[in-house]
Amino acid sequence: MTASQTRTETSVTDQRPGDAPVLEVTDLHVTFPGVGKAPDVRAVRGVSYALRRGEVLGIVGESGSGKSVSSLAAMGLLPDYAQIRGSVRLHGEELLGLDDREMAKRRGKSIAMVFQDPLSGLTPVYTVGDQIAEAVRIHNPDVGKEQAAARAVELLELVGIPNAAQRAKAFPHEFSGGMRQRAMIAIAIANQPDVIICDEPTTALDVTIQAQILDVLKTAQRETGAAIVMITHDLGVVAGFVDRVLVMYAGRPVEIGDVDDVYYRTRMPYTMGLLGSVPRLDDAGRAPLVPIKGTPPSLSDLPPGCPFAPRCPIAEPRCTAAEPELVRIGASGHRAACVRAEEVEENGWGAADIYPLPDIPDDTAAEVPRQERDVVLEVEDLVKHHPLMKGAVFKRRVGTVYAVDGISFDVRERETLGLVGESGCGKSTTLMEILSLDRPQRGRVVVLGRESGTLNSRQRFETRRELQVVFQDPMSSLDPRMPVFDIVAEPLRTHGHPKARLAARVNELLRLVGLDPAHAARYPQEFSGGQRQRIGIARALALEPRLLVLDEPVSALDVSIQAGVINLLDELKVKLGLSYLFVAHDLSVIRHIADRVAVMYLGRIVELGDVESIYRAPAHPYTQALLSAIPIPDPEKERARTHIVLEGDLPSPADPPSGCSFRTRCPKFKELGDGERRLCLDEEPQIRPLSTGDHGAACHYAQQRAVV
Amino acid sequence: MGKFLARRLANYVVLVFLATTFAYLLAASTLSPRANYAEMSPRPTEAAVDAQLDRLNLNDKTPLAERYTVWLGDVVTGDFGRTVRDTSVNEEIQRRAGVSIRLIVFGTVIGAVSGVLIGAYGAVRQYRVFDRVSTGAAFFMLSVPAVVVAISLQVIAAAINEWTGTTIFQYAGEYTTGLDAGFWGTLGNRIQHAILPTLALALGQFAAFSRYQRNMMLDVIGSDFVRTAMAKGLTRRKALFKHALRTALIPTVTYFAFVFGSLMAGTTFTEKIYGWNGMGSWVIDSIVKNDVNSVAAVSCFMAVCIMVASFLSDVLYAWLDPRVRVS
Ligand code: SF4
Ligand code: SF4
Repeated sequence: MTASQTRTETSVTDQRPGDAPVLEVTDLHVTFPGVGKAPDVRAVRGVSYALRRGEVLGIVGESGSGKSVSSLAAMGLLPDYAQIRGSVRLHGEELLGLDDREMAKRRGKSIAMVFQDPLSGLTPVYTVGDQIAEAVRIHNPDVGKEQAAARAVELLELVGIPNAAQRAKAFPHEFSGGMRQRAMIAIAIANQPDVIICDEPTTALDVTIQAQILDVLKTAQRETGAAIVMITHDLGVVAGFVDRVLVMYAGRPVEIGDVDDVYYRTRMPYTMGLLGSVPRLDDAGRAPLVPIKGTPPSLSDLPPGCPFAPRCPIAEPRCTAAEPELVRIGASGHRAACVRAEEVEENGWGAADIYPLPDIPDDTAAEVPRQERDVVLEVEDLVKHHPLMKGAVFKRRVGTVYAVDGISFDVRERETLGLVGESGCGKSTTLMEILSLDRPQRGRVVVLGRESGTLNSRQRFETRRELQVVFQDPMSSLDPRMPVFDIVAEPLRTHGHPKARLAARVNELLRLVGLDPAHAARYPQEFSGGQRQRIGIARALALEPRLLVLDEPVSALDVSIQAGVINLLDELKVKLGLSYLFVAHDLSVIRHIADRVAVMYLGRIVELGDVESIYRAPAHPYTQALLSAIPIPDPEKERARTHIVLEGDLPSPADPPSGCSFRTRCPKFKELGDGERRLCLDEEPQIRPLSTGDHGAACHYAQQRAVV
Repeated sequence: MGKFLARRLANYVVLVFLATTFAYLLAASTLSPRANYAEMSPRPTEAAVDAQLDRLNLNDKTPLAERYTVWLGDVVTGDFGRTVRDTSVNEEIQRRAGVSIRLIVFGTVIGAVSGVLIGAYGAVRQYRVFDRVSTGAAFFMLSVPAVVVAISLQVIAAAINEWTGTTIFQYAGEYTTGLDAGFWGTLGNRIQHAILPTLALALGQFAAFSRYQRNMMLDVIGSDFVRTAMAKGLTRRKALFKHALRTALIPTVTYFAFVFGSLMAGTTFTEKIYGWNGMGSWVIDSIVKNDVNSVAAVSCFMAVCIMVASFLSDVLYAWLDPRVRVS
């Protein structure tokens, strides 16, 4: 950042002693009063932390833990009816109680914020440049229009937008999600704030874009020297990025300390569960994940004592007597709110010692070599092109979207194939094509030995019975007006299951997915997200399918809930001898659950093979970048890694590059000589097997390399 | 953007042509100018009637297509033909169009602007007193037919006049005939006359716009970009005005073109009730008098008004929403 004239004398950080906290939050409480008879929602209950200059604090928690609300309170962005108690001091000056005018003077100047959703975060009717310039001019009224515009361009350059001068004139809808988030960061750092609060800044973005944004945030911090509060649910993002972590549960901090202390010397059972429940990219084992039973308590009806007690495996009667205070434990600055923290410390307990792990039987049948097992799904050269239309009344075709452009793979019995890729890669289209059972535009889809498009209605009916699907959003895929019993019984009725045994079968299914059959009369909205997903799975299993297609089945769930569902899927597969086609964007989940992986990019499969060799030594530059971009929830490892950060965004699937579709972003391509590049430019690479068995990559210069 | 607007304009011209043609054909085939002569005494001979009707291009013995061609030939040269009383339709338009336009423009502007502001502010103060009162008022206005509103206003005005003992409101005609009060006096007199009919029109507009704007505003008030604007350092009020209202106006501008048609209908009643000699009251009179050419002329006028309103809304839309401009 060159021009510093935008910085006026009022920010006095430089004159302060280095260790005085920039932002100090003490015993912050936020309550949303209930309307009518509804009880109050106590969203934040006693959050305290101090942030020093240049320090990065991670606030981790699941949805509803109060992590965002506490920061919004600090920014003065909560609605009027929120009741806020406690103290928030910025440079020693109390912020709570200031009116909107006074707060506005500080917002964006000394304390700035980056929000989650870049899609709606920018006003659609102003140019990006104008919106950044506005941030400059609000706090520096004497900066002229042109000067502010020039500064906006400068800021856009800083956050890594190419052709900044020209792009500044673009409107938000012309920016991709990643670029919008860069613009948001540019706004946040426009006035060199002392504190930047980032509220889930990368949650809505694809992993390769997430890596870019985290990079930009690091740059921004370097340039401004600001302290950062990083609010996220992603324990991986926190591991490599922050100095200290604050874990929140039910509106309260339950553990706080240096990131290494919290990750390696965890003292609070909830934190342990959280860390144990994330599938790890660097963990080859198939050990079951740590599931935390139950769901977080309602903030308007908290249990007595420790709010985690109902879910805690080592809860004791004294836990419910009073809410445990945050007390120092072990290293200085490490504090945990648990009455048994000392015991945990003394015995050196870890998640595996505390949490009972489900026993997932080994799949002996899967030891049969895959070549000898039946093929349950075969996809050969599948193509799906959509016409790209333009015009409101008279539509004319202006191009073709190459959504799926010639992909082949197969799924064998008792096998899980993970289909991964970022948004827009064609994985969902592939799935829809398979489920439609219609003749594809080109190629062949053979489901359980029957070729799609050649089936008569009876055969279709039969195939549907054996091919079932579980969708991402459990709420929208379950009819809210039907009790759970009917939802699960529906496929049974359609397929003429004997009436007499209907109830028995439904109960059996509910038990199978870990639900209480006594709750069968309830409606979907009475269940939590994880339970709803279990209902969806129960319904899918009703007809004893052989192949289950899962479309992002756990991505809408919180990690502690996600673990339970993943364990369940693992268990069901062994018990019922199922095959899965598992579509996901989360490569850690895939590593945990899949036997083989197909990586998609722009409608093509770029790498295909068994999980072990792909994760250990990916050969395609895209797979390498993808795996490298995912942060691992292990601070030491994460700090030691260098991430491959891809440049730019996904090209439009309506206009894919010639030759290798990845060449526009390929790091390898950049290293090649002109002669070698020709091949990438002219010839579309086909999947070629690598030396190690069942593993192939579609790259002319494929070279295996460890990146995790 | 120019191309976008030019294309819209071309569309509208075609629509105006079609609407007017349709109105002419409908009027010419259902109204019977010949009937006007039946009640005359002495009753003119059939030949004389035919001759007269032929002159006016109103003879139902001439095939409709032929009459239409003649009529259209005149219209393209800017001549809307003659009334049943053999006066010039054009002159009548000149006399009356201004009256209606004044009423429409003021009624719309006052109604729309107040509706937008009150609706937007109501959204900001959702469920507070202001919002409840304005919502109640708007719903009341929406549920009462325009005719009833116009007549009730007259009754109320009469009561106020009586109560105060002075003539504050005038509710018959456009101005007091034979008044000689100089420029300001005449203007004041005209305003006195204009208040009620304008209000009668504006109230309906206000009700529709305030409801619509309130909903649009509620949609954007909680949106992330308003929060971003506040996080930058704008106060809530400024963020709402500069970012939320600006965005929430876009759909309202489209809505404007949409409700304009109902406004035109409202004008007809209002003119009739308040005794204004505008286009609206003329169309009613013309239908009664089987005046085909006048009906067609008024239809054309209304179609042009709606076209102008739609075009205006397009221009505003393109100005407010840059997404139209760039694509
Ligand atoms: S206080 Fe008790 S219930 Fe709460 S986390 Fe500690 S052991 Fe578990
Ligand atoms: S073929 Fe060339 S451009 Fe494509 S991934 Fe391989 S090296 Fe990169």
